[in-house]
Parts: sequence; C-alpha cells; structure tokens
Amino acid sequence: MWNAIWLFFHKLASPKHFYRIAGKLIPWLGGVTLIFMVAGLYLGLFVAPPDYQQGQSYRIMFVHVPSAWMSMFIYTFMAVLSAIHLIWNIKLADVMVRGSAALGASFTFLALVTGSLWGKPMWGAWWVWDARLTSELILLFLYLGYIALVSAIEEPRSAARAGGVLILVGVVNIPIIHYSVEWWNTLHQGPTVTKFDKPSIHFSMLLPLLLMALAFQFYYFTVALMRARAEVLDRERRSAWAQDVVEGA
Amino acid sequence: MNELLRAFLALLQRDLLLAFRHRGELVNPLLFFMIVVTLFPLGVSPEEALLRKIAPGVIWIAALLAALFSLENMFRSDFDDGALEQIALSPHPLAVLVLAKVLAHWLVSGLPMLLMAPVLALFLALPGPAVYALEITLLVGTPLLSLIGAIGVALTVGLRRGGVLLTLLVLPLYIPVLIFATNAVAAAAAGMPVEGQLYFLGALLVLALTLAPLATAAALRISLS
Repeated sequence: MWNAIWLFFHKLASPKHFYRIAGKLIPWLGGVTLIFMVAGLYLGLFVAPPDYQQGQSYRIMFVHVPSAWMSMFIYTFMAVLSAIHLIWNIKLADVMVRGSAALGASFTFLALVTGSLWGKPMWGAWWVWDARLTSELILLFLYLGYIALVSAIEEPRSAARAGGVLILVGVVNIPIIHYSVEWWNTLHQGPTVTKFDKPSIHFSMLLPLLLMALAFQFYYFTVALMRARAEVLDRERRSAWAQDVVEGA
Repeated sequence: MNELLRAFLALLQRDLLLAFRHRGELVNPLLFFMIVVTLFPLGVSPEEALLRKIAPGVIWIAALLAALFSLENMFRSDFDDGALEQIALSPHPLAVLVLAKVLAHWLVSGLPMLLMAPVLALFLALPGPAVYALEITLLVGTPLLSLIGAIGVALTVGLRRGGVLLTLLVLPLYIPVLIFATNAVAAAAAGMPVEGQLYFLGALLVLALTLAPLATAAALRISLS
C-alpha cells in the first residue's frame, strides 16, 4: 500500500509522467469545478435570503471571500513547494510555483476589486485603509515582486531558486505584515466563518459560500496544472517524449 | 571561533575602509534623506501643526528611501570585481560574513541618519519627547532596513537593471518597520507610552538578525552560481 503511494509520487516527480497524469486529471478537476460553481452560484444568488442589514449586495461575498482565501492559500502553497524545490531540488515543484504565481496575483486582485465594490455601498468609499484591505494589497505587491524577479533572471535554474528564496522570505513576513497592519487600523467586519464558537452566518448562506470556496480551489488546481503542463513541455522540449507529444498532437 | 571572529572583523574593517575611500557615495544617501524631508514643507504646507502631524511618517519614509538608495552599494562592487566570489569561497559560514557586511552598511548609512534626524525633526517642528522616540525607533529600525534590504540586494545583484526591481522586492517587506516606528513617534508626540511599539521593533530586529543573514547567504550563492 505505502509502496504504491511512494511509487506514485516518484512517478509524479518525473516530467513525463507528470504530463500524462496531469492530462488525465484536468478534465475531472474542471468538471468538479463546474459542478461546484453552478451549485454555489445558484444557491448563493437565487436560494439564499437577502441579508437583514446589507440587503442584496452582500451576495458579492460569494466571490469576494473565496478569492481572498485563495490569495492566501496559493501563497502558502507556493512557499511549501518552494521549500520542496530548494531542499530536494525537485524541478516539478518549481514548475507548479511558477504556474501558480499569476493565478495567486489574479485572485488577490479579484478580492481587492470585489472588496472595493462591496465597500462602496457598505462603507461609502471605494477604498479605505483598513487592515485587511491593506494587507491584501501588500500581498499583491509580494506576488508581483516574485513575478518581476523571476522574469528578470534569464537563467531558468537561478530564476527558480531566487524566486523560491523570495517566496520563503515573504511567507515569514506575511504574518508580521498582517498583524502590524491589523493593529494599525481596523474597520473590516470580524471573522464570521472561522470563529471557534458557532459560526454567526446562517447555513443557507454558509453552504453556497463553502461550495464557491471549493469551486475556486478546484479551479485553481485545474488551471495551475494546465499551466504547469505547458511549462513542463516547454522545459523538456529537447527530450524525446516531449517531441513525441508535440508531433502526435 | 577565534578565526571566525577575525574574519568577521577583517571584512568589517575592509568594508568601512572602502566606504571612507568613496566619501561621495557615503554622503549622497544622506543628502537625499535631507532633501526629501525638505520637499514636504514646500510641497504640502509650511503650517506647523500639519508638519508636526506628518513628521514621523515623512522622516521615516525618507529614511526608507535613503536606505534603499544606499543598499545597491552593499554587494554590487564586490560582485563586479569578483571579491564576492572570494568571500563565498572562504571556509567561514557565509551568513556570518554577510552579517559583517550588513553591519558595515548600517554604520555608514543608518548611523549617520540617526545623527541627522534631530535636525530634520527640528525642521518639521516635532516636540521633544517625540524626537527622543524617533531616535530610538531609528536606532532599532535602521539595522532592520539593512538586514531586510540585504536579502533583496543579494537576489538582484547579478542583474543589469536591478535597481527598480530591488524597490519592488524590498519596500513591501519594510512596511511593518514603517508602521511600528511611525506609530511610536506619533504616540510619543501625543504624550502616550511607546514601549509596546518599541518592543515589537526589537522583536523584529531579533528575528531579522537570526533569519536574514541565512536568506541573504542563500540568495548570494544563487546569484553567484
């Protein structure tokens, strides 16, 4: 049993098998994304009742909250993969990091834009220097810094390792930035889902929110694998199997 | 251990000597620091009440930019003439040698800023207790700027146009320092206790002292490879 799992991971770490396995997984992941997203949007936009305080406009939460979660998840995931890449020199980990950066930046941007659209009717301003907004903005800067650094270094191996170091430095700083900004100024509403006692959000709103969060998660894995697949093919373009794939297509 | 200490001191001495042979480069960031602060009364308003209010932020942002400006020198010339490779090849741990270079950088950039700050505080009409707090935040904060900045410089040292990229990498990481430091100065100006913010800056300094040299050393090895 363990041997089989071990073998699977070993195979996954080889570009050729990764390309094949990812190719098989992508349609399934995409299908699951679609199911969750349709269910989440239907329940969120049509079934969930309007909020007693915020009326209809709270519904933007079903996009805003999952994208904010994803923005943080992807950065952490990138840090774990960077550590794997730096320690064990597994190139595929870096391929995934590289494929994730633009997605993470997009989710961060989406969270900022939807937050701004939500903030205008609720707080009366497009932008306020609130703790969470500010730390999300800084997270966007960290993503863009990584992308800028990696695209500035021409040699792919140094680019990968320098980017990995930067991501790890950033991940140490994220909690520091988060708390420094939080103590500096706060207006944002407190957590409603991840409180330790009972969630203060009604089930009819919680369910679509969680469905959307899952949909975003699966969407991320679908697109990250697609990007990683393209990247692997590009990096391995001199190898026989990659040429077979391209000519066979 | 003794060997290591000797290597540390030798590198420190060499960097200080190099800095004093290039006095122009030494003075430029300080002039920059001073001129940026001078621009605010001209650009915003010379009104004393307003100046007093924005003074902590203005002085600290100018300090961040001046530090950034001087960071480039930390590894660039050593990288260009190959000295950095020699340092990396030495049998001593690179992280400790990096710490010597960071200390040298702080002595020639952070410390003069510390000495210059009271004059700038006078320009911006900061009250006495706030000047005192400003000095302490600079004393704890500027080494942090050198330590964090060293990581950024080490990552970009091999690149031809590293300057703007360095700004992009380092400034977001400077934000906690900026927040705690300006908060402390503003609190002191309002007559409130500042120990909390100073303890945070101290904790950040300890964290950076332990982790930043390791990250810088790793980044240098990547840039050299």
